Order: sequence, then structure tokens, then C-alpha cells
Amino acid sequence: MTETTRRSILAILAENNRLAPEDIATMLGLPIDEVARFISEMEESKVILKYNTLINWEKAGEEMVAALIDVKVQPQREVGFDTVAERIYRFPQVQSVYLMSGGYDLSVLIEGKSMKDVALFVAEKLATLEFVQSTATHFVLKKYKQDGVIFEDKEEDRRLMVSP
Amino acid sequence: MNSAELVSPVVRDLPPSGIRKFFDLVAESKGIISLGVGEPDFVTPWHIREASMYSLEKGYTMYTSNHGLLELREEIAKYLNRRFGVSYDVRRELMVTVGASEGVDLAMRALVCPGDEVLIPDPSFVSYMPCVTLAGGKAVMVPTIAEEEFKLNPKTVESMITPRAKILMLSYPNNPTGAIMTAAELKAIAEVVERNNLIVISDEIYAELTYGEKPVSFASLPGMRDRTVLLSGFSKAFAMTGWRIGYVAANPDFLAAMVKIHQYGIMCAPVMGQMAALEALRNGEAEMQRMVNTYDQRRRFVVNSFREMGLDCFEPRGAFYAFPSIKRTGLSSEEFSEKLLHQAKVAVVPGTAFGPSGEGHIRCSYACSMDQLKEALKRIKTFLATL
Ligand SMILES: Cc1ncc(COP(=O)(O)O)c(C=O)c1O
Repeated sequence: MTETTRRSILAILAENNRLAPEDIATMLGLPIDEVARFISEMEESKVILKYNTLINWEKAGEEMVAALIDVKVQPQREVGFDTVAERIYRFPQVQSVYLMSGGYDLSVLIEGKSMKDVALFVAEKLATLEFVQSTATHFVLKKYKQDGVIFEDKEEDRRLMVSP
Repeated sequence: MNSAELVSPVVRDLPPSGIRKFFDLVAESKGIISLGVGEPDFVTPWHIREASMYSLEKGYTMYTSNHGLLELREEIAKYLNRRFGVSYDVRRELMVTVGASEGVDLAMRALVCPGDEVLIPDPSFVSYMPCVTLAGGKAVMVPTIAEEEFKLNPKTVESMITPRAKILMLSYPNNPTGAIMTAAELKAIAEVVERNNLIVISDEIYAELTYGEKPVSFASLPGMRDRTVLLSGFSKAFAMTGWRIGYVAANPDFLAAMVKIHQYGIMCAPVMGQMAALEALRNGEAEMQRMVNTYDQRRRFVVNSFREMGLDCFEPRGAFYAFPSIKRTGLSSEEFSEKLLHQAKVAVVPGTAFGPSGEGHIRCSYACSMDQLKEALKRIKTFLATL
């Protein structure tokens, strides 16, 4: 299987994980078992991590508060960023953690039921970690786009139903 | 006053469009999935839209030269050279039109004399025949068949040439069949053209949407450049149907004649569209390739699905249409399409809307999402089982 083909399979799944290996095989003109085998390999080696669904929770009527927290870390001997990051990302409230270049070290996205929820987590769990030097919490007021998907997309199919 | 009687008989007697009739039927129905759309399902890539907005901010709201913006013609010339190996003088051999549609009309009006015959592959795009008629010519439909993958057969062409034959229309990749013609196949056509001293109008608007073969421009064949009026545009490859920008490349005499009609009838193509087209040619390659790859994936899926349900479907190598045969159902194209619409709520276009040789086939556009395609094909399969 060529590199382009591998990439195409992953790209198709990243866009729409409801397509079965049979469909993907047809779309790319490949044998089904080859595609199925490649997908299993990718799952086993954790290149494919998860098949999830992007949900607009606000629209679903769910109360949800998110905050982006800039975390500055006090570098310590024998405690690298990875160790610090792990201490943070294990908390289930933490949705994502990135190591950043620039003015701070870790960017942490937290989701909770309420502002109080999030504030408490920061004050009690995050700020108190011994190598955390400082935190700056920015609450998210509105989500417009996430993972490449626009939440309230005004672009719809406006084409005529039949045209030459 | 009987206003209907005052309409020119040439116009009055033009046959009504088969597409239009189907459009009215579909408009009355609800919950339809349409495979009847002849334009990309993608919205114009954002960078192109953004460039057009920026040009509006800068005040680009005026007429341009009749030929179109010089900068745009320069980009078109570079593109045609890079992609197809044909070169045109931007000042004397290229013009920007209001879609390839205007190009078809201009070419016919500039070249057809009363009674001249224009050979048109059948089935093909709906405008050719009416444009010939309106220009005072006679359209001669040259049948193409599924067994030959709807390619134009040089022998058939030659057999239909009369002393009045002047122009051969080419349209590959083809709407509605998805047929393409390779360089070798076009060469055989070029020999017929040369032998019979014909002019060719080649509508290459789908050239970028070619799968597994490199697209060939008829103008690039030896000896054909100056016999060919090359028509193309931005609608299909760059998902820019609503912008109405196309272009014509031809020898200076043909081009000057077309510009003359254009300058009195149209003046110039809209400048916002021209600015958008400029951006498309300068920076649109990657997005276009992404769309082409997506069409290609859907194409395989659609053809495979039709074959699995037992319909003969030759492999289309271009455009975004599949053209399966429904002959085994015993229904005509129109009957099949109407029944399918009412019973299964899927809209397709009967092959006969594109010429008599489309009988026994339906045009299914795969310019729609995979989810819609899957659902539509499921419905068609269920529908076939009820026949
Ligand atoms: C073969 C062919 N030529 C020309 C056109 C018209 O294109 P444009 O939007 O550039 O006028 C179409 C549109 O469906 C087409 O299918």
C-alpha cells in the first residue's frame, strides 16, 4: 500500500468514521481485506486513537463551561514537562493539554458544569501542584468552530435540485 | 395583440428543455435526494471568495476590457500552457466570457453561416443544439454508444459529414456520460477533421475532473490549434458556477469575431468574478485537487453500487456523472426517472434530456456528500426490487 493510499484511508476516516472498510475500499479501488487489515493495524498501533462524534452540547441543552488555562511551570531537576503534563492530563476534567512555545508552558483546556466548578478545579487541583508556578484562566464565552467544524454554519446546499 | 405569435419562429420552435420539465416535477415533491445537479456540491473555496471581497473593498466595481482583465488572461495563458501544452497570445487569442455557456453561443454565432451543419456528439450538454439553431445552422447529432464508452467514433463522424458540414463540436470529459477521450482517440478524430476541413469547437470545461488519465486538449494535437476554438471556465474545477466566468482561446481571426459579438452583446464579464478567477488560478491548485480526489472516491463508490444492483454502468473517467443503463427494467429513461422520483424520492435526469442517444440511461451526479449518495443508492436499489 502506498503512502498516499494510507493517508487517504486515514483522511476519509478522520472526516467520516461511519464509513465501513467496504465503503472505503470501494472509494479507493482497493481490496476490502487490505483496507480492513490496515485499519486494524492503525488501531493497534494507536495511530487511530478513537472514533468519536463532535457534538454541540450547548445546542443539546447541556450546561457546559470551558476555560483555557495558561500554565507556567517551574522547571525542576529530573521533572521534565512530560511529567508535569501527565499530572495534569490525568484529571478527567482536562480535555486537552499542549506544550507551548512563548510566554507560558502548558495550555490546558478544562470543561466543567459551571464556572465555579472550573474555578475550584484550578484553585484546588491545578494551582496547588508543586511545580506549577502560575495560572491564568480564560473562560470560553462562545464556541464558533472546533476540530475544523463550524458550529452554526450558514452555508447550506443552495443549489437548484436539477440543473444541466 | 397575440403576443405568442410575435415571438420569432426560430425561438418558438426550439424544443423545450428536458431538464426544465424534470425540474418542475422535482420542485413539487418533498424529501427528495437529488442526483440531478450539474454543479459541484462544494461552495467556492474560501480564499477565492475572500479575494473577491477584498477586490470589492478596493473598489473593483467597473467594466473591464472587452477581452477581460489582462492579468487574468495572462494567468489563463500560463495555465493552459502548463497544464495542456498549448500557447496563446493574451492580446489576440484569448478572451474572458460569462461562463463557458457564453463561449458556446459566441463560437456558433461567429462561425455558423445559414444552413451550415454542426456535428454534435449525442448525448451531450443541452446548450449546443439550441445555440446552433439560434445561429441559423443545422445541428447533426452524432450518436455515441455505451458499448464504446460513449466515445466519439471517427467512422460514425465521417459517415455523417455532408458538403454543408463545417463544425465538429467536441465535449470531453462529457456531460452527461462522464466519457473521456485519450490522445490517441482524439488523434483519430483529428484526421477526420483535417481530411474534411472542419473547424472544432472543443468544450473542455471538465478537463481538470479527469480520473486516472492525464487530460488532453484537442488544441494540443498536431495541426489542430488553429482549427480549434477552445472553451473552458471556472465553474466545475474551482466550484465557481455562480461567478459566471469562462474563457475562449482561438486563432486571432476567430477570436476577433467572437470579441465583436461579446463587446456589443455583453461588454465584459463581471469584474468581481474575474478577480475571483485570478485568485483561483494563482492559488487554487491544492483546493481543486482536494475536490477532485473527493469526486474520484465517490465515483468509484457510485459505479460499484450500480453494478452491484445489477445495472450496467460503464466506468466514467471524467466530470462528476455516472450514466448507468436502465434498459433491463424495460422502462424508458423518462418513465424510470419519474417513477424513481415519485416512489423512491431520488431525482436523476433522464438520458434523453441530453439527446436521443441518451435513451435507456439516466444521469446521476455524484456531486453530493457520501452520506447522501449512500442513502440515494439504497433507495434506488430498493426501488429496482419493486419493478
Ligand atoms: C459540458 C458543459 N459545458 C459548459 C457548461 C456551462 O458552464 P459555465 O458555467 O461555464 O457556463 C456546462 C455546465 O453544466 C457543461 O456541463
